Amino acid sequence: MFSEGDSNVRKFNTINRRVFILSIAKGVIFTGILARLFTLQISDSKKYLTLSDKNRLREWRLPPVRGEFKDYFNNTIAGNTEVYQLHVIPEQVENFKNLMVRLKNILPLSNKQFSKIIKKKNQQKPWETLIISENLTWDQFSKVNFYLHELSGAKPVLSVARSYPFKDNYTHVLGYVAQASENDLLNNENIKNKHVPGLRVGKTGLEKSFEDELIGTNGVQRYEVNAFGKRIKQVNFQKGNKGKEIKLTLDTEVQKLCNELLADKAGSISVMDIYTGEIIAMHSSPSFDPNLFMYGISYKDWDNIRNNPNKPLINKTISGLYSPGSTIKPVVALSALENNVISPNFKVRCTGKMEMYGQTYHCWKKKGHGIVDLKGAIVQSCDTYFYEMSRRLGVDRLKVTASRFGLGNKVFNNLYNEEKGGLFPSTNWKKANLGQGWVLGETLITGIGQGYVQTTPLQLCLMTAQLANGGFKIYPTLISNKNQESLEKIKYKMSQKLLQEEKYDSSIVRTAEEFFKPGEKDYKKLFRNQENVKFVLDAMFASTNQWNGTSYKSRIEDKKYQYAGKTGTAQVKKITEKQRELDLDTAQIPYEDRDHAWFVAFGPYKNPRYSICVFVEHGGSGSKAAAPLAKKVIKKVIDRHEEREKIRKRNLVDI
Amino acid sequence: MFQQSSYTEQLTFFQKLRSFDFILVLCVLILGLVSNLSMFSTDGGEFLYHTKSHLIRFVVFFVLMLFLSFFSLRFWHSTAYLFYTVVLGFLIWASLYGVTASGSQRWINLYFINLQPSELMKIAIIVCFARFFHREQITSVSSFKNIIVSLAILVMPIVLVVSQPDLGTSILIAASGLIVLWLAGLNIRYFVYSGLILLISFPFVISFLKPYQKLRILSFFNPDRDPLGAGYQIIQSKIAVGSGGLMGKGFLQGTQSYLEFLPEKHTDFIFTLFSEEQGFVGSVFLLIIYGILIYRIIKIGSISRSYFGRLFCYGFGSAIFIYIAVNMSMVLGLLPIVGSPLPIMSYGGSSMLATMIGLSIVMSTKIYHKQIIN
Repeated sequence: MFSEGDSNVRKFNTINRRVFILSIAKGVIFTGILARLFTLQISDSKKYLTLSDKNRLREWRLPPVRGEFKDYFNNTIAGNTEVYQLHVIPEQVENFKNLMVRLKNILPLSNKQFSKIIKKKNQQKPWETLIISENLTWDQFSKVNFYLHELSGAKPVLSVARSYPFKDNYTHVLGYVAQASENDLLNNENIKNKHVPGLRVGKTGLEKSFEDELIGTNGVQRYEVNAFGKRIKQVNFQKGNKGKEIKLTLDTEVQKLCNELLADKAGSISVMDIYTGEIIAMHSSPSFDPNLFMYGISYKDWDNIRNNPNKPLINKTISGLYSPGSTIKPVVALSALENNVISPNFKVRCTGKMEMYGQTYHCWKKKGHGIVDLKGAIVQSCDTYFYEMSRRLGVDRLKVTASRFGLGNKVFNNLYNEEKGGLFPSTNWKKANLGQGWVLGETLITGIGQGYVQTTPLQLCLMTAQLANGGFKIYPTLISNKNQESLEKIKYKMSQKLLQEEKYDSSIVRTAEEFFKPGEKDYKKLFRNQENVKFVLDAMFASTNQWNGTSYKSRIEDKKYQYAGKTGTAQVKKITEKQRELDLDTAQIPYEDRDHAWFVAFGPYKNPRYSICVFVEHGGSGSKAAAPLAKKVIKKVIDRHEEREKIRKRNLVDI
Repeated sequence: MFQQSSYTEQLTFFQKLRSFDFILVLCVLILGLVSNLSMFSTDGGEFLYHTKSHLIRFVVFFVLMLFLSFFSLRFWHSTAYLFYTVVLGFLIWASLYGVTASGSQRWINLYFINLQPSELMKIAIIVCFARFFHREQITSVSSFKNIIVSLAILVMPIVLVVSQPDLGTSILIAASGLIVLWLAGLNIRYFVYSGLILLISFPFVISFLKPYQKLRILSFFNPDRDPLGAGYQIIQSKIAVGSGGLMGKGFLQGTQSYLEFLPEKHTDFIFTLFSEEQGFVGSVFLLIIYGILIYRIIKIGSISRSYFGRLFCYGFGSAIFIYIAVNMSMVLGLLPIVGSPLPIMSYGGSSMLATMIGLSIVMSTKIYHKQIIN
C-alpha cells in the first residue's frame, strides 16, 4: 500500500515536472508566434500592404483623345468623330463561342473577320477588351442594342476616332493616322508609354511630326479585381487630357480649289504669303481619302492607291523633285545682273539655236526670237539669250544666287520627314559626286532649269515669294502662331536691311548670326542691288501682261487681281532631231514623255502679297497647262485676302 | 484511503453547476463568437451556408459539451477504451466505405452528419492513454510490454489516417499521443532514440510522400519558387496578415479574402482572415484567449486528484496548444502547409465536436476533481 502510494507520489511528481517543462516550451513557442505576427503586421506592414494593393487594384488605360488640326479660319480639318463600337471582355462572357456565333449572324461578320477576331482573342488576356467592331453603322448599332438581352457580355460603346472632314483635300499636308506598329513603339517613347490596343498614331505628314503634341494623355480607370482578374468595382477614374490643338495657316477654300483644279491630273499647287511665309495652300495630286486608313483599308483601295502610276502616296509639293525649267530664269537673270556679267541692255540674236563645241542648243521657239534684250528674254523666255548669259555667268556664281533664294534646299526645317532638298549643281558638286569635270554645255542647260538641277514645287514658290517681297529672306511656315509680327514690322525690318552694308555673301557670318539669335527672324536681304530685283519683277510682270509674254493669255486686267508670273516647260527626255522635226502636239506624245508644266507667279502686282507655284506633271507647256490654273487660284486667294487679314489682326501681338 | 472514504456523497445538479469553470466557458463563448463573425466575413458579409452551418454546429456542440460535462469522470474513465475502439472502428469504416472529397477518403456518412473520425481520434488517443497509464506504476511505465502496447495504440490510427491520405491530421494525432506518453513518464531516452531514428529515416520518408506534399515542403522553404502554384497559398496568406497592420482593415474589409486571393479561408486559413481584418491587436487578443483556455485546462488538471483526469487535462491542453501552434505557424509561413484546423475557429463539424468532447471531459474533471478512480 505504502509503496503504491509512494509510487503514486512519484508518478504525480513526474507528470507535474514534465508539464512544467512543457509549459515553458509553450511559452517560448507562443512568443515566437507573437514575434512573427509583430514582424508581419508591424515591421513589414507597409510592404505587405503594397503587395495587397498590387493584388487587388488593376488599371485600365483608355486611349487618349487626339488633338485637332484647324485651318486659319478655325475650321476643323482633322478632328474626332464619335463612332459606335462593339466591345467584349471575354472573361465576362459565359459562353464566348455562342456569343460570337450570335454576333456573326446579327452584324453580320464575314468568315474572315470572324476568324480574325477569334485569333485576336487568343492573343490577349481574358480581361482585356476585345474589339469586335471599331466602326458599326447606325443600323448595326441599333440592331445590336435591340438584341442586347441575348448578347450578354457584348458592350456597344460610343468612342472617338480620327476623322478628316475634308477627305482628300489635306491628305498630304496632314498625313494620316493608323494603328501603331512595332516600329512606332520602338521609335517614340511617348507612344510606347501611352499605348493601348487599337491606339492610332500619325504615320506621315504633320500627324507624324506633331505626334508628341497631338497624342494627349490616357484616361485611367482603376478597378478592384478579384483573384481571377474579374472587375469588382471601379475605384477611381482619372480623366485623360486631349492632345494639343494645332492651328495651321492653310485656307480650306483655296485648298479645295487647288484640289478641284488638279483633279484628274498629277501635280502640285502651293500658295505662300510673301512676307510672313505662311503657306495658304499646299496640295499634291492625285490625293486619296485618309479616312480609308482608319479601320483597316480594304485590299482593293490600298491596291488602287499603291499602284497608281501617278503616285498618290507622295507629297509632290515637298518630296517631288523635278527640273524647274524656265521658272528659274528670273533668278538666273538676277544672278547675272548682280554679278555684273551683263547689263539689262545686253542683246543677243536668237536664231532658234546656238552652236557650241559641235553641240546644238535649241531655243524653244524654232524660228528664234530675233534680237532680244534681257527683259525680252524673260518675257518671251528666250533660251538662246539665257544660254549666252549663263555661259558668261558660270554655274558656280549662279548656284550662289539660286541657293540664296532657296533652290536645292529644304523649305521646312525638319517639319516633314519626307521632305527632299533637291539639288542645284556646281562644278565642285559634280567632281565630288560624279567624279567628272564640269562641261560648259551643262552650264547652258542649267541656265534654263534643265540638267542636274532638281527642285520641289514649294522651293519655286519660296523663290518667287522672296523675289516678290523685294528680295528678302522669309520663313515659310504651316503653323499659325499667336504671336506674330505685324506686316508693317516685317516691312520695316526689311527696309532696315536695305540701309545696312552688304555682308550677304558671307555665309559664315550669316550662320553665326542665326545661331546667336535663334528666335529672331532677320529677313536678311538676298541681293546686292535692289534695282536688279525690281528689274526682274518688272520683266515677270511683262511676261504675263505684255502681248508677247508667255503667259499673256492667262493675264487678269483687273488691277485688284493683276499678277506677274513666269512659265516653265521642263523636258523630261532628251528630244531627238527627228522628234524636233515632227513638232508634235502634247496630246500626241506618250504621257510619260510629255513635258512638265510649271508656272510661278505673285500678285497683286501693285502691292504683292502672295506667291504661287503650279506644277502639272507631264502637263505639256507651262503657258497652256499651268498658267490658267494659277490664274484661278490667284483670283481666289486675293478674294480671300480681306477675310484673312481680319483673322491676322486678331493674332498680332506687336503693333 | 482516508480521502477516498470521505468522498462518497453524490453531487447535486446545482453543486455541479456551481463548480463549472466559468472562465473556460467564457473563453469558449468568445472563441465561438469570433469564429462565427469570421465565418460571416468569409461569406462576404452575408448570412450564407458556411456561417449558418458553423453557427448551428457551434450552438449544438456547445450545448452538448455542457450536457456531457455532467457525466462523472468515472464514466469517461470506464468508457475510454470503448471510445477509442469505436473511433478506430470508424477509421476502418472510413478506409473501406468512406466518402471521398478532394482526393482523400476521410469521411463516413452517418446520415445526419458526415463525420471525420480522424478528428475524433485526436481526443480518443488522449483519453485512451490516460486510462492506460492511470493504473500503471511509475516504475513499469517504461516496461517493454507497455511500450509495445502504447505504440500499437498510437500507430494503428496513424497508419489509417496516413493512408486516407491525411498527413496533417496524422501528424497531430501522433503529436498528441507522444505528448501524453511523455507526460505519463515514459523514459526520456526513448524519445531521444526515436527522434534520432526519425531524423535518419527522414530522406526515406520524403521518398514516400505524395508529389503535392513534396511540393509543399519545397515551397515552404522557398515560396517564390512557384508563386502561382505551390507557394501561392503561403504568399497570399502572408500578404493578408501583413497588410492587416496594427489595427487591421476592419470587419468585412479584408480585401485578400473578400477578393478570393486567400485559399481555404473557411478552414485552415481562418486565422489569416481574422488577422487581416483585426490586425495585430485582434491577433494578440485571440492568442490571449487561447492562452487563457489552455491555462485553465492545465490548471484544472493540476487540481484533479485522479491521475486519469490529470493526465487527460495536461494532454488535452498540450494537444490544443499544438493544434493552435501548428495552424498559426503554418499560416504565418513558419511551417510547411499541412491541413490542420484551428480549434473552434475553423469550419468543420468533426473538429468542433472533438474539441467540445475534450472540453466536456476537462469540465467533468473540474466538477469531479475530488473523485478518485480505482
